[in-house]
Amino acid sequence: MNSMERVMTALSHKEPDRVPVFHLLSHYGAKESGIPIREYFSKPQYVAESQLRMREKYSNDCIYTFFYAAVEIESFGGEVVFIQDGPPNSGEPFIKSLGQIKNITPPKINDSKPLQRVLEATSILKRSVGDEVPIIGTVMSPFSLPIMQMGFEKYLDLLYFRKDEFDLLMKINEEFCVSWANAQLEAGATAICYFDPLASPTIIERSKYLETGHKTAQRTISQIKGATATHLASGISLPVLDDIVATGSAVIGFSGKDDIKAIKKLASGKISLLGNLNGIDMVNWDKKKTGKEVRKLIREAAVGGGFILSDNHGEIPWQVPEDVLLEISETVKEYGSYPIRAED
Amino acid sequence: MVTALNLPIEDFEAALLQIDRIRATEIIESIFAKNGNFEMLEHLTMGALERIGLGWEDGRLSLSQVYMSGVICEDLIEQYVPKCQTSYKTKPKMAIAVLQDHHALGKRIVYSVLRAGGYDLFDFGQGLSADEIVEKTINEDIEILLISTLMLPAALKVKNVVENLRKKGSSAKVIVGGAPFRLDEGLWQKVDAYADGKNGTEVTKIIGRLTEGEL
Repeated sequence: MNSMERVMTALSHKEPDRVPVFHLLSHYGAKESGIPIREYFSKPQYVAESQLRMREKYSNDCIYTFFYAAVEIESFGGEVVFIQDGPPNSGEPFIKSLGQIKNITPPKINDSKPLQRVLEATSILKRSVGDEVPIIGTVMSPFSLPIMQMGFEKYLDLLYFRKDEFDLLMKINEEFCVSWANAQLEAGATAICYFDPLASPTIIERSKYLETGHKTAQRTISQIKGATATHLASGISLPVLDDIVATGSAVIGFSGKDDIKAIKKLASGKISLLGNLNGIDMVNWDKKKTGKEVRKLIREAAVGGGFILSDNHGEIPWQVPEDVLLEISETVKEYGSYPIRAED
Repeated sequence: MVTALNLPIEDFEAALLQIDRIRATEIIESIFAKNGNFEMLEHLTMGALERIGLGWEDGRLSLSQVYMSGVICEDLIEQYVPKCQTSYKTKPKMAIAVLQDHHALGKRIVYSVLRAGGYDLFDFGQGLSADEIVEKTINEDIEILLISTLMLPAALKVKNVVENLRKKGSSAKVIVGGAPFRLDEGLWQKVDAYADGKNGTEVTKIIGRLTEGEL
């Protein structure tokens, strides 16, 4: 099977030849290429070339066109802070007062240079891999984006106490998110990863999510013209798993803190699982530890398909040694061939 | 008579989790009316915040509930400090900062919990470099420095902060917190921090132990 066949079979809740592996490599590509992070993301060609090289090197079953979360903030006119050894981050929030919200207009995709760079990288990659490898585009959910737009504390105040302004901001963000997701699909992305950390009960209680972000997700995902995977970026997902299923997402990125057996049982036949290796802890792993973690995860989550092995945050940290990534893939090749029995 | 043993901590916790400021105020006012003892109010707020912090640790409660509860307690204690004719504790001299990041929720939560526990502390702000934090710490002669981080590169930079503090003659104890330290439980030791402040009440306990003799 090629990567596309392997992934599509797994997502159909069937068993492919082996467990698919998604190494979600974003700024890690700059490290691999020996190019400073800011410069790396300034040229779509750099990103595309690096993604192709890393796919070969790490036997990656996906191409990941995620540049950095703050690329969306950049398109709204916000600040991005680049560092030498980590993901570019959003700077000072650009919404300083609630009164500003009514004056915000969703950025036009065609007018945004940072977004155009992502689209160009996507197009280059699509021309190169065709339908053999899934290309995963990303969006920040309209519900979680305000953490960067206005800061977490102000946003929680908005979420709990200012319904009118919250609804208005969701309308703006939803329009942008749908356009941005569909532009990536048109450029060649196979599916969209919908990052929604705020949906996790780690961050807000489920009842509040159902009143707010869940409705946002249902409205938004229904307008995205392709498959979506919802990722809670290390937050637990088990208590909202059925809610995420109801949004129409085909995949959920689950946490290292989720109960794997329970989530596997609940997800069976309804939604596929993506996860859940601890990317931060990976920095400390050697080959032995890596092999042990990967074998355990395969035993607990891979039976019957419906599973893609990955990290639990949606981005491999710069500090993770390449030997760990290589060992993950090697272990999957050795122990991840189907049929897999739980007790193997 | 109200004692630390019969404080209505569970009722107060329920009011906080429902973001019911009115009920929370009623409870704290009733304690104050009965004995006017500030220490009892501290026991009440810290007792409830500790339970809420533990609820988050074990996945029953959300971070937003921890934040909202902390802010309500901070506001209430601020009202009762003058009513009880007391003042915030200014020793040890403390400060809190976010290293390399503008996401300040974690800092705000710990700040609120400490204020709710009657501590005064400097808020150095967020988006600061290691050098800026060192400079502020030296200038203010800080004894306990609380550093919040969101991403791994920032967490690793704590080592530079500690190193530069020592080079400049500061013996400030550095207590760290944030996602990277939660995901790698040994990270705080690798960056030479004094302790890992898993949540606001845990930080308060560490500070309590320090002030009892170790500092």
